[in-house]
Amino acid sequence: MAAGSADSVAVDLAVDDMSEPTGRVPRVEGGEPTGRIPRVDVDGDPTLAVRSPVIDMKHLWKTYRPGSLAVHALRGVTLNVDRGEFVAVMGPSGSGKSTLMHIMGCLDIPTSGTYELSGEDVSEMSENSLAHIRNREIGFVFQQYNLLPRLTAWRNVELPLMYARVPAPERRRRALASLQQVGLAERVDHRPTELSGGQQQRVALARALVTNPALLLADEPTGNLDTASALEILGLLQDLHRSGRTVVLITHEPDVAAVAGRVLRIRDGQIDSEEVAA
Amino acid sequence: MRWRDTFRSGFEAILGHGLRSLLTILGIMIGIAAVILTVGLGQGAQSTVNSAISALGSNLLVVTPGSTTGSGGVRGGFGSASTLTLADANALGSKRVAPNVIAVAPQAETVEVLTAGSSNWTTSVVGSTASWAEVRDRQLQEGGFFTRQQVSGADDVAVLGSTTASELFGAKSPIDQTVTVNGVVLTVIGELTSAGSSGSTNLDDMAIVPITTTQQQLFTGTFATSVSTIYCEANSSSGLSGAYQEIDDELLAAHHIAQPSEADFTITSQTTIASTANSVNRTLTDLLAGIAGISLLVGGIGVMNIMLVSVTERVREIGLRKALGAPPTDIRRQFLVEASSLGLLGGIGGVLAGLLGTVILPHLQSNPVTISPLATAVAIVVAIAIGLVFGVYPATRAARLSPIDALRSE
Ligand SMILES: Nc1ncnc2c1ncn2[C@@H]1O[C@H](COP(=O)(O)OP(=O)(O)OP(=O)(O)O)[C@@H](O)[C@H]1O
Ligand SMILES: [Mg+2]
Repeated sequence: MAAGSADSVAVDLAVDDMSEPTGRVPRVEGGEPTGRIPRVDVDGDPTLAVRSPVIDMKHLWKTYRPGSLAVHALRGVTLNVDRGEFVAVMGPSGSGKSTLMHIMGCLDIPTSGTYELSGEDVSEMSENSLAHIRNREIGFVFQQYNLLPRLTAWRNVELPLMYARVPAPERRRRALASLQQVGLAERVDHRPTELSGGQQQRVALARALVTNPALLLADEPTGNLDTASALEILGLLQDLHRSGRTVVLITHEPDVAAVAGRVLRIRDGQIDSEEVAA
Repeated sequence: MRWRDTFRSGFEAILGHGLRSLLTILGIMIGIAAVILTVGLGQGAQSTVNSAISALGSNLLVVTPGSTTGSGGVRGGFGSASTLTLADANALGSKRVAPNVIAVAPQAETVEVLTAGSSNWTTSVVGSTASWAEVRDRQLQEGGFFTRQQVSGADDVAVLGSTTASELFGAKSPIDQTVTVNGVVLTVIGELTSAGSSGSTNLDDMAIVPITTTQQQLFTGTFATSVSTIYCEANSSSGLSGAYQEIDDELLAAHHIAQPSEADFTITSQTTIASTANSVNRTLTDLLAGIAGISLLVGGIGVMNIMLVSVTERVREIGLRKALGAPPTDIRRQFLVEASSLGLLGGIGGVLAGLLGTVILPHLQSNPVTISPLATAVAIVVAIAIGLVFGVYPATRAARLSPIDALRSE
């Protein structure tokens, strides 16, 4: 089934970012970021793709000290994610996947080790450039969704655009388009408490997609969905990947991981194995 | 974020937390209104005392029996053995003895029952001389004041205050009517124009009778021989200190007192009364300002609490906004708009409540309430500053956390 959705968008391959509103991803015009994370079309010919890492982590440790006891969530993780790659992260519960993802998304800081994003050391970036990166270049789907309970679905989705200083009418247009993409056109005026878990998850995904980010980080984005909806979302992620985005997603399901170009397995805060899909 | 969006987010947050916003506004309001009203009451009391003092008459020196000395406290006193006599007053009236004194009005007074026909009225009967009206700066609304001749003749005449007159004679003119005091029948020859009250004394409820008449016929005991007060009017305000010296010298000599510190009388000038009253008032104002400050502090702590709680509750929201790319400036601004809107609403409400209080309070108690612009301004600034500091500072601190730490807080 994963192959089926890939087929349907095969025509989009090698099409430039700006030109298409074809296929499953109705790209919203305007606000196309020219950020430090470039989109490259590696699917055209993977062997020719220049290996230039977007994410470059070396000996990353993350230690929590909730009490007197130290919890090592990450123990020396070293990994690269290249431009335009689609990476799945798998591992047992509590193995440190979310922790890794938060650091990747510049939402948390490692206890030690270095993290370079597009060649730039994140620990040396200013608050403002970090905010800019989180806003314009990274789309993050939280495992816990993290929607603002007082705002309706579309107002939640428009939030990142507010910080990008996009004018209000365009914000609404893009938020609605993004919600339609995840199949929630009927629920735009509902508050999170009036939505099912799976619907909330899709609002969170729509919010991550609305800024058209170059790097999409999704923490179990299909964890609460039925198979059909999950496939739909997966197809969406694949489309994004095909149009040049770098996608890293956490999953427990082998089916989902199978779609990715590479699977990273994490155990006890360490990379256990790495396998490249055939 | 655009300013428009910042304002919209701020107002949505205020409306979204209705009760909490209301409590914050109320805290600021009460602090400001309390300061306006307490300081206003203090200043109102001060202006009452000042007008009472100026009602005493101008360029006035008041001689009273007894003395206050630095070490010995009060010697003698108003009710006890009075050391002032009519002879003292007559001496001070002499141009040779006291050139700076242009008029002298001794005053001997007791409370008596006045009877006119079937009505009677208890009031203070004042024995004085013909200069009383001039010295006390009083006018007559009807008839005339008694003359020097009537005083030396100890005539049975009386001048009534307006309250006394209406109590005894109703709407009828009191002139040429008679009142009986201690069996002596007095003819009413004049009625004073109303002068209101000075402090607790009603200036319109009294009967003035020639002092010779009171001494010979009406009063008994020490009241018949001594006077309770001698009012001396100086020729000008610049002559006041000269007059003071003349009175002091004459009375010390007349009473055979060698040491000025042993004086058995006290001379008070209107200015010393005013400055004493003012310092008492300033103490009162300081006290009220202290109380107002405390109420501002209490209101401020309330505001501080609510602000701190509301920001702490929203650290998760701050974390999420940061995760979505909000720069610290935007977060600071959002909370600044929220806190200053609450502060502004509370400030306006507090000033309105304070103004309303200054209109209502005078109907509930006798003192007027004046508005102090300085106290009002200080109250507004302090209340809003507290709201701002405790609304913005914790938010700025939360904005310094990493998004994940903020999202995980609670
Ligand atoms: N704030 C924290 N304080 C203390 N320990 C923490 C904290 N956050 C995570 N941990 C610990 O770090 C480890 C990794 O947590 P993490 O959330 O990354 O797991 P995960 O792989 O995402 O698990 P799951 O699949 O269940 O989501 C866990 O053992 C967890 O208990
Ligand atoms: Mg997780």
